[in-house]
Amino acid sequence: MAAVATCGSVAASTGSAVATASKSNVTSFQRRGPRASVTNDSGPRLVSIAGTRPSVRNGQLLVSTGLPALDQLLGGGLAVGTVLLIEEDKYNIYSPLLFKYFLAEGIVNGHTLLVASAKEDPANILQELPAPLLDDKCKKEFDEDVYNHKTPESNIKMKIAWRYQLLPKMEIGPVSSSRFGHYYDASKRMPQELIEASNWHGFFLPEKISSTLKVEPCSLTPGYTKLLQFIQNIIYEEGFDGSNPQRNILRIGIQNLGSPLWGDDICCAENGGNSHSLTKFLYVLRGLLRTSLSACIITMPTHLIQNKAIIARVTTLSDVVVGLESFIGSERETNPLYKDYHGLIHIRQIPRLNNLICDESDVKDLAFKLKRKLFTIERLHLPPDLSDTVSRSSKMDLAESAKRLGPGCGMMAGGKKHLDF
Amino acid sequence: MFVELNNLLNTTPDRAEQGKLTLLCDAKTDGSFLVHHFLSFYLKANCKVCFVALIQSFSHYSIVGQKLGVSLTMARERGQLVFLEGLKSAVDVVFQAQKEPHPLQFLREANAGNLKPLFEFVREALKPVDSGEARWTYPVLLVDDLSVLLSLGMGAVAVLDFIHYCRATVCWELKASILYLMQGNMVVLVHDSGDAEDEENDILLNGLSHQSHLILRAEGLATGFCRDVHGQLRILWRRPSQPAVHRDQSFTYQYKIQDKSVSFFAKGMSPAVL
Repeated sequence: MAAVATCGSVAASTGSAVATASKSNVTSFQRRGPRASVTNDSGPRLVSIAGTRPSVRNGQLLVSTGLPALDQLLGGGLAVGTVLLIEEDKYNIYSPLLFKYFLAEGIVNGHTLLVASAKEDPANILQELPAPLLDDKCKKEFDEDVYNHKTPESNIKMKIAWRYQLLPKMEIGPVSSSRFGHYYDASKRMPQELIEASNWHGFFLPEKISSTLKVEPCSLTPGYTKLLQFIQNIIYEEGFDGSNPQRNILRIGIQNLGSPLWGDDICCAENGGNSHSLTKFLYVLRGLLRTSLSACIITMPTHLIQNKAIIARVTTLSDVVVGLESFIGSERETNPLYKDYHGLIHIRQIPRLNNLICDESDVKDLAFKLKRKLFTIERLHLPPDLSDTVSRSSKMDLAESAKRLGPGCGMMAGGKKHLDF
Repeated sequence: MFVELNNLLNTTPDRAEQGKLTLLCDAKTDGSFLVHHFLSFYLKANCKVCFVALIQSFSHYSIVGQKLGVSLTMARERGQLVFLEGLKSAVDVVFQAQKEPHPLQFLREANAGNLKPLFEFVREALKPVDSGEARWTYPVLLVDDLSVLLSLGMGAVAVLDFIHYCRATVCWELKASILYLMQGNMVVLVHDSGDAEDEENDILLNGLSHQSHLILRAEGLATGFCRDVHGQLRILWRRPSQPAVHRDQSFTYQYKIQDKSVSFFAKGMSPAVL
């Protein structure tokens, strides 16, 4: 299988790196106590968890975000123990897609899911996950399995490599879980069997807020406090903090954090009473993630937050920050520069974990488009100006839009004039 | 520690100045490499270091420290390093009621007035031990990211008070150096609206700039992202006791961060350009 072969070669090349790095890096986000018990086991230290791979740069354990293009821009994937913050686009059309890709990737890899939302029931969110795109080869095998055509092949005698006939046949399921990063078909739903076979926990705020769980006094809004306790309970009970010898990843997804539905008023008032609730929540959440084998995706309507200083603080307190800007409803929808794309994607921050440098991509102008099956992220570039009768005003328009590209370090070059060579 | 930065600052671990307050700030870029530099610098200078790390975990600093030639785990074991891991402690404080006051007690309270428990922790950590022999040269306090305290609900005045108390204890009582990292929030360009200003952070930054002896400012380049030049470092000495000519010296260098070191060069003299 091509996919398995590539996975195998990647594992071999980084085998030595993983061997040395696993002592410090793979378990760097685990508590010290349980790690001692793992070393006493006679089992292998390099117990690899499905759906993860070590980073090429520093051996950090990475999980896929569900979008291989985004994985590449983030330097291979999302590091275990970190937070991926998605700044929602204006009408919240594309950010739920990224959210669902992340969860779908978790189901395909057999990770445990924790879905928290104040708007939709997590069970409904899971019903709407996109279906994974099967490889052609494994799809054929799956079909053959159904029609039981596998037996004639096993009777073929090998003439040259006859020793290999004695080896057992490899059984590979229809969705190859040894691959890192899958593609999803947004027009189809995930098969019900896969969802039911997965282990997931849901946190629906209207249900939980009415129950009278014993709440530790804290200065966060009640919704955030309950969510933190829920997450901590799951981590503790299912052993994601290292106490469970069969290690698995917990994927946490929190939707629309900071919106008024969570009881927070930063989107309504500039200097509300709860202005520190969200930042405190993020801080404690990150503390929980760092000491467990989990990764978290949060979508946040930052365009609604009234106090801009809070956005800056939230960015500092998250690890990876990706901003989506869709063209719907803006004047860019009709701009010829953007006619092939649905929006821009800004990678605002990438963390430097266990390292002085990070894998920042050179390309800063990125646009995304949602085709029927795939969500692609491409480099945005100015098309060549080939028309003879190009008017001065249209050229200025293009230059204006081009000026907004590539903010680079986050700041734009001052001045309105575009450089005319 | 980065040898080139030592040359620029004209110090070595053997003869570093004492009783100084150094302010690190970064604008539009990540200045954490300066924290790693000073951490390894003072550990090599055989000082007793109290590190209040609020933004990253211990293993992060430890792994980078190994690249720079110091072992944080060994320093912690022999008592040279006292490490407060903010992220881990925050989880303990929020989920379990503590019996004795915890340094991060303010996380549990809605309107925490001051950072007194944190100050008590620092003072306890850097208290000279009466063991007869002087093992460590002088105590050092390092705080990674004071702006996080603002995000966690403390006011700028409370943080300034905390620094004042620490300075009085660490710099004068114990004759030591104190260092911390500060994130300067400058204009963040948002799509529709105007400039974003964090007033609390500005108060904190201005207050500390006036108190410190050395300011290192890491800035992103004004022209945007560059692969070969990661940013610009401005070094500002403030020596009120010197005559006016030498009082406030300022140098600017550009830098590129590599795997184990940082190379500095004059503006426009990047090896990639020449």
